[in-house]
Amino acid sequence: MVPRIWRRIKYRYNTITSFCESCGSYYYPQREICPKCRRKGAIRDVEIDGEGTVLSYTIVNGRKIALIEFENGARMLAEVCGDIEIGSKVRKVFRRYGEDGEDGIIYYGTKFIPIS
Amino acid sequence: MIGIVSYGTYIPKFRIKVEEITRIWNEDAETVKQNLGVLEKSVPDVDEDTATMAVEAGREAISRARIKPEKIGAIFVGSESHPYAVKPTATIVGEALGVGNYYFCADLEFACKAATAGMQICYAMVKAGMIEYGLSIGSDVAQAKPGDALEYTAAAGAAAVLIGKDPIAEIEATVSYTSDTPDFWRRELQPYPSHGGRFTGFPAYFRHIVMAAKKLMEEFGYTAKDFDYAVFHQPNAKFPQRVASMLGFSEEKIADGMIVRFIGNTYSASSLLGLCSILDKAMPDQRILLVSFGSGAGSDAFAIRVTDRILDYPRNTRVWDKLKECVYIDYALYLKHRRMIR
Amino acid sequence: MRVAIIGVGTTEFGELWEKSFRSLFLSAGLSALEDAGIGGKEIEAIYIGNMSAGKFIDQEHIAALIADHAGLAEFGIPAVRVENADASGGSAFRQAYMAVASGMHSIAIAAGIEKVSDAKDPMEILSTAIDQEWERFVGANLPAIYAIIARLHMHKFGTKEEDLAMIAVKNHRNAVHNPKAQFRKEISVEDVMNSPYVAEPLKVLDCAPLSDGASAVILANEEIARKICDTPVYVEACTQASDYFSIQNRRDILTFQAVIKASRDAYRIAKIEPRDIDVAEVHDSFTIAELIAYEDLGFAKKGEGAKLIREGETEIGGRIPVNTSGGLKACGHAVGATGIRQIVDLVIQLRGEAKKRQVDAEKALALNIGGSGATAVVTILSR
Repeated sequence: MVPRIWRRIKYRYNTITSFCESCGSYYYPQREICPKCRRKGAIRDVEIDGEGTVLSYTIVNGRKIALIEFENGARMLAEVCGDIEIGSKVRKVFRRYGEDGEDGIIYYGTKFIPIS
Repeated sequence: MIGIVSYGTYIPKFRIKVEEITRIWNEDAETVKQNLGVLEKSVPDVDEDTATMAVEAGREAISRARIKPEKIGAIFVGSESHPYAVKPTATIVGEALGVGNYYFCADLEFACKAATAGMQICYAMVKAGMIEYGLSIGSDVAQAKPGDALEYTAAAGAAAVLIGKDPIAEIEATVSYTSDTPDFWRRELQPYPSHGGRFTGFPAYFRHIVMAAKKLMEEFGYTAKDFDYAVFHQPNAKFPQRVASMLGFSEEKIADGMIVRFIGNTYSASSLLGLCSILDKAMPDQRILLVSFGSGAGSDAFAIRVTDRILDYPRNTRVWDKLKECVYIDYALYLKHRRMIR
Repeated sequence: MRVAIIGVGTTEFGELWEKSFRSLFLSAGLSALEDAGIGGKEIEAIYIGNMSAGKFIDQEHIAALIADHAGLAEFGIPAVRVENADASGGSAFRQAYMAVASGMHSIAIAAGIEKVSDAKDPMEILSTAIDQEWERFVGANLPAIYAIIARLHMHKFGTKEEDLAMIAVKNHRNAVHNPKAQFRKEISVEDVMNSPYVAEPLKVLDCAPLSDGASAVILANEEIARKICDTPVYVEACTQASDYFSIQNRRDILTFQAVIKASRDAYRIAKIEPRDIDVAEVHDSFTIAELIAYEDLGFAKKGEGAKLIREGETEIGGRIPVNTSGGLKACGHAVGATGIRQIVDLVIQLRGEAKKRQVDAEKALALNIGGSGATAVVTILSR
């Protein structure tokens, strides 16, 4: 599990979308091929400021998980801490997502809180 | 001129009142509040820890500095509650702040003064021309044994200070006083710290702060009158009030830094959060005395003079305003948030 | 060439403690053979739908294992396990269908089998069907994904939790007459509304149980079917489609593009319209999935799925009876077996053997979905 988690650290700690230079589309999560352009596409990382709008959410196992839409059209599933409804504006925060047991590594990532 | 180029703070939004803790242990809230001068303390959310708070404070410092994170040449995180006993918090912070891979880095431990030690190291590195900017962060989710007196004050918070040239506040001088004094400690594998009771007062806190402050003033020719503000490590409200008076500072001069009443003792972040509260309002040419204290024991004293550049600096979201946004929780939630029950 | 189903068989679905993974298949396979009136030696290939014997019971390479324990080891036929999460059954059926339609084999078995109850947390394992890195990591599981879809559907179209409850109630009522169903007791809308939330707004009784079970169907080409079978049921179309894996990438999370593509292809190949379907088995892993399927299969306009259930159109006796067997909700969801069980129940309907669940049907449709919709298999059958 360690290498799998390590590989994604860059993409978990900050909000980084994939941008296709050929068609101008933004994607989240990170991907290597643009589904519209395929081999004619040119994908690179674009970090965004982490502010978005709640499209929908659920509460499962005591946690609020929301689908958040960014201005560039990319969408991200993440935990939200605080009260939200569909349409709430949220911003990113750096939090713990879990751990690999008491003696394993800690998983950090991006969650969201409502912008008051 | 070398000094503080930017600063950032983070205080979790949850609070527990002294009354709620005295309710559990059948003690008298008014007596406790009188003795400690603390009304409530900050509590982290279940998914917050030293690393997450350090990142939030660091992000604020960098964003207000308006510099590219890659220019940061050193990161030090001081804490008594690093998430790992072995594996640095500072690399998690470095990754989250996007500083790249070429930076000096280590975690520091010196009880509540680890982050001011970090400031001294960054200052020295900038002065030596080794780095352009250095970031020192104090962050703690302070541990306290349930039922122990410390439980009323052991709180959570983080403060980040970015050191470099052309500062908003110049570090004119710094001096440290250090000795092997076991006033407060935690042995490996012990979940909670132990302390020497009243021994933590004069032989520890007061001695080291006074010796460091006096040395600073002697060596560099300051008197108490030369300082517009003074801020000390704040384990409670009484100790800093007392040491201020011992050093000749009035209540007014320490008032703007005394956030301990409302958030408790944030350990490695304590004196720095006090400093940041003062920087939120200090004007050019005003001078601040900062003296931290770390058990074990030692104090770092700084003479800090605010420059003109502070007028261009975005002093939005002031620490005293951040304090006000809070949600009160009960003792059971407090245990859950501190992961003492799972 | 045209392909027909000449035999079907299924175990009951449920928590079958006495049955092991290996023994589960036996009764389904043997009933299918008896139903077809053929012996094991006629089978030329076996396609087995199974989502995760590896995670449920630590066993991989299960197609060969099952073929052996079904008594076919002496014949050495090709055996392969097909995996598409809970669309494994439908996908196995399509592989078998293509093998016979192409002339590669004359008679093939499409089976599905899942043994879930030995595992500590079957829903955890079913949730490996969603994106582990970007959905599971942030705390979502399969019910959570459907719940997010449900909440938005309710917000945008005015669908109510009660509408979803009515779907569960319908399916339970239908299953009373299905001897193979896991739950054969009626429930009320109030029962559903009072059941605890699993992932808001979905409650326990909005979610199909995960069950042990096995089902099998035997496919043959038309020539053989006419010779040996009295009531062949023909496969008019068997199509499959995929979609973006994570709901983060779907333009409209309220529409299952894979269902739309697979069903439009199927209608076109079968030369029919949605309204020509007389009975359907639809993937109600969650009640919201059945409601949205009404829309994506073309039985109702987008956003008007609730209308169909409110007006009783999908009841036995309604315009388009859906899940007369009880669906996944009341039959039970033996993950990889579900897609095959759906075919078995439609064949029983088309042959006129459904007794108290019988509807008058010439054309039937099965929809099997994988995970949160990244795979969809649509099968159209006719008598």
